[in-house]
Amino acid sequence: MKIHEYQAREILQQAGIPIPPGEVIESIDEAAAVFKSVTKEAGTDFAVIKAMVHAGGRGKAGFVKLIHSAEEATEAARFMLSNKMVSVQTGPEGLDVSKLLIAAGVGIDHEYYLAITTDRGARRNVLIASREGGVEIEKVAHENPDAILKQHIHPSMGLQPHQARRLAFDLGFKGKQINQAAKIMIALADTYEKRDCTIAEINPLIVTPPSSDHPDGQVLAIDAKFNFDDNALYRQKQVAAMFDPAEEDPGEMRAKKFDLSYIPLDGSIGCLVNGAGLAMATMDIIKHFGGDPANFLDVGGSATEEAVTEGFRIILSDENCKGVLVNIFGGIMRCDVIAQAIANAAKEVGFEVPLVVRLEGTNVEEGRAILEEAKSQIPTMQTARDLGEAAEMVVAAVG
Amino acid sequence: MSILINANTKVICQGITGAYGALHTKGCLDYGTNLVGGVTPGKGGTKDANGLPVFNTVQDAVDGTGCDATMIFVPPPFCGDAILEAAEAGIRLICAITEGVPVADMVRTRAALDEINSGRSASERIYLIGPNCPGIISPGPHTGSGESASDPYTNAGCKIGIMPGYINTHVSESESGKAVGIVSRSGTLTYEAVWQTSNMGLGQTTCIGIGGDPVRGMGFIDCLELFEADAETAGVLMIGEIGGTDEEAAAEWAKANMSKPLAAFIAGRTAPPGKRMGHAGAIISGGEGGAESKIDALKAAGFAIAETPADMGVAMAHAMGLAPAATA
Repeated sequence: MKIHEYQAREILQQAGIPIPPGEVIESIDEAAAVFKSVTKEAGTDFAVIKAMVHAGGRGKAGFVKLIHSAEEATEAARFMLSNKMVSVQTGPEGLDVSKLLIAAGVGIDHEYYLAITTDRGARRNVLIASREGGVEIEKVAHENPDAILKQHIHPSMGLQPHQARRLAFDLGFKGKQINQAAKIMIALADTYEKRDCTIAEINPLIVTPPSSDHPDGQVLAIDAKFNFDDNALYRQKQVAAMFDPAEEDPGEMRAKKFDLSYIPLDGSIGCLVNGAGLAMATMDIIKHFGGDPANFLDVGGSATEEAVTEGFRIILSDENCKGVLVNIFGGIMRCDVIAQAIANAAKEVGFEVPLVVRLEGTNVEEGRAILEEAKSQIPTMQTARDLGEAAEMVVAAVG
Repeated sequence: MSILINANTKVICQGITGAYGALHTKGCLDYGTNLVGGVTPGKGGTKDANGLPVFNTVQDAVDGTGCDATMIFVPPPFCGDAILEAAEAGIRLICAITEGVPVADMVRTRAALDEINSGRSASERIYLIGPNCPGIISPGPHTGSGESASDPYTNAGCKIGIMPGYINTHVSESESGKAVGIVSRSGTLTYEAVWQTSNMGLGQTTCIGIGGDPVRGMGFIDCLELFEADAETAGVLMIGEIGGTDEEAAAEWAKANMSKPLAAFIAGRTAPPGKRMGHAGAIISGGEGGAESKIDALKAAGFAIAETPADMGVAMAHAMGLAPAATA
């Protein structure tokens, strides 16, 4: 699960990680006053205003702006709250923006990168840090792997102060910055663990120029990104409450209600499968034969007939869907459940587009018998003996 | 022969009275697994629907039945605890089927399990398969209908988990007279691979679904090592997917240590980037984790690569010199 930047700021604050003052607004009238209060609190004369959406490409779309006066704040807020944001990631229809973050601008002496994630290979959490922050970390990892420092974290001891201090020294922090940076690292590692994150990233972590209050500068988190383990949301009530349904694809939301998982894509073939690996493999073979999936609906192992029928409704409501491939290898999922759901969907919605069905595994004979009986009512249905044949058939049928 | 389990393996089910535990306890009994009981705390002393004894703790089950393997169906919040309970009771093979276990739980559970295993020899080692996996099966010859425990599908096989049994072939019933080992990160793709190898005239010694969770028990290398040492396993088919670097590591290990014919398929070659893989995952692996890097590493280690998921059986048979390469 992803959250908004203003929510990430709340999590940082609760962890005791210092951030520049900022506030969320939802109307144009609030902009001027908030600009004045956050800049006053930080003792600066500028701020940044950002649209709170998950989609990337905000800067280019004009939805992240530096503002230097109350008038500019009002102007930027008007633009962001009255226009749809259109970027490469949103598609041409764009997104409505309802919340804006205004955060005080700060002077920056240097930008660092800091993140915690789980290292699958080492089976431990790992802290990743770099002196080259503020840029795409993938690029740094690729071009200058030595600039990336790592520290694995003991599963029961957590990140140790001496480990954090050593990293702070290695990253080039000086004087009082050392303890500030080490404290932030420990707090971030602690939060990662406590809140069941799958990524906790501060980019950039900055040092401000020296001032009379802070002769060595101040270490601050400017922007943060958190992702959470969906499997642990049952014990993360505060995180679960941050979920924003407006950011989700409506098909995905409908699927979730029935414990199905739905992935919308750009092609023309709707796919109903069981299992994530089989979904990926089905996509591979459709592309191998020159087709392109419109979506994937993974019914998993335990879906009921009603849930699978809903799955077909979701697939068929995608207007790009010009044909449907059902590829099921039943283990826990029984083929008769799938076949009955096909028959139900045929009655209720109707398969106007070509339908190719490949069933194998648990209760396959019962499933085939159900399809045989329903065949006369589903004129667009073909059955395939194996995965290769099924993929070829559906690609040919879609044309 | 087979690895890890055979017809003599005595199996219990943790969570035997839950909906899934009960369903698959019956499925395993119908297949012919020597399932001897189960555990549900608070229901000790009762019998399950099949007349098997239910115990309060795994230790009670071990003492009462002499079991040496377990399959776990408890709900996700309790899975890590169930794994460690089995390990502390001395169960040698722990198969966690449960899906949806938090990653943080598995980081801690795996660390604790590694501690229990440290200093143990290979024969004393506790093996964990999963979580979030279909389980493990060593097929036996087809001797019955498989519709009830009194008329099981085989009298000499063992299935621990949720996979369909009938798609597997015992070596004595394979056309080629040869059997392969199968190891896979994906559940349903495992069935696909089993089915295809059976259709190519191959049997299977043992098939293991190791599960797709980021932190889990056995990995590819653990399984390859056991398959290499098993006299009857004539080849190994490995099914990986994008994400992580396990396949690259397995390729490197196999190059140095495997003498048997090898085949592999990697799922997700055409998956849109960023849909499932996290940013930091890519950093740790230094740009690895994509399908091409895995396929290149596997090819370099001598694996025959199935270009599509429909060619897994063909690729395995081809690697063993039993069939021409796929023409797709």
